[in-house]
Amino acid sequence: MTAPTIEPPVVLPVDPIAEAVAIADNWTEPEPVPAPAPEAEPAAAKDLLIIDYSGDLEKVWATLILATTGAAMGVKTRVFVTFWGLQVFVKDSKRITGETWMQKMLSFMQRPGVSHRKLSKMNFLGMGPWMMGTLAKKYGVASPKELLEAAQEMGVEFMPCQMTMDMFGLKPEDMIEGMGEPVGAATVIGLMTENSVPLFI
Amino acid sequence: MAVIEVSQHVDARGLSCPMPIVKTAQAVKTAASGELIEVLATDAGSVKDFAAWSRTTGHELVEQSADGGVYRFVIRRK
Repeated sequence: MTAPTIEPPVVLPVDPIAEAVAIADNWTEPEPVPAPAPEAEPAAAKDLLIIDYSGDLEKVWATLILATTGAAMGVKTRVFVTFWGLQVFVKDSKRITGETWMQKMLSFMQRPGVSHRKLSKMNFLGMGPWMMGTLAKKYGVASPKELLEAAQEMGVEFMPCQMTMDMFGLKPEDMIEGMGEPVGAATVIGLMTENSVPLFI
Repeated sequence: MAVIEVSQHVDARGLSCPMPIVKTAQAVKTAASGELIEVLATDAGSVKDFAAWSRTTGHELVEQSADGGVYRFVIRRK
C-alpha cells in the first residue's frame, strides 16, 4: 500500500505580458490637469513718485523734466515736496515768509520761488544760473517755470510736506495755485509700497 | 500710397527734451481716438523717445522719417 500523495497546490505563473495587456485594455485617459493659471499680467504702468528734497536749480530742473515726461507718458505722477524743495513752490512774488524771526531770516537768505533757484555749484552770485538760463533759451530747453506750468496742466500732483511747512512757517496762501493737500511721510511710504516707483531728488 | 489725413500738427522744432513729448501728449489729449497727429522735431533724442513714448502709452507710431535734421513722426491716438 502506498501512502496517498498530496498534490502541491497549483500556482499559476503570473504572466506579466497578459497583465500588461489587461491594464492597457482597461486604460482610460486621465482627466487632463488644467494648466496653471497664467501669472497675473505685470502692471502696465506703475505710478511715479518723485521726492523733491532739493531747491537747487539743476535738481529742480531734473524733477520737473521727469515729472512732465511721466505725465506725458500717461503715468500717474506725484511729487512730494519737502525741505528745500518746498521753497520752489512758494509764489515767485513772495519774498519773506514765516512767522518768527528765524523763519523770516531763512526765507531772506534764500529767495523762494521757482524762478529764483540757485545752482548748487558755480552759482557765483547768480552768474551761473544766468548763464544756464541763457544757454537753455538758446537750445530750446524749457525753463523750470514753464515745466512747472506744463506739469500742473497735465495733472502732476504736487504734495507739500506738512512738517516742513510748519517748520518754515509756510502757509497755504504762500504756495503756488494748485498745490495738493499737505501730507506726511506715511503717505509717501504708503505710495512707495503700493504702486509707485520712487525717485529721491 | 495711402493718403494720410493728419488732424493735428505739433511743431516742436527747436525744442529740447522733454518738450517735444510734452507737447505731443497735450495734443493727443485733445484728439479723438484713431486721429492722426503729425509731430516735427529737431531734437535728435526724440527718435528713441517717441519709440519709448509709443510703447508706454500705446499710441501707435504710424510713420517716422528724418529729413535734414528734422524728424517727423505720425502718431495714431489709441
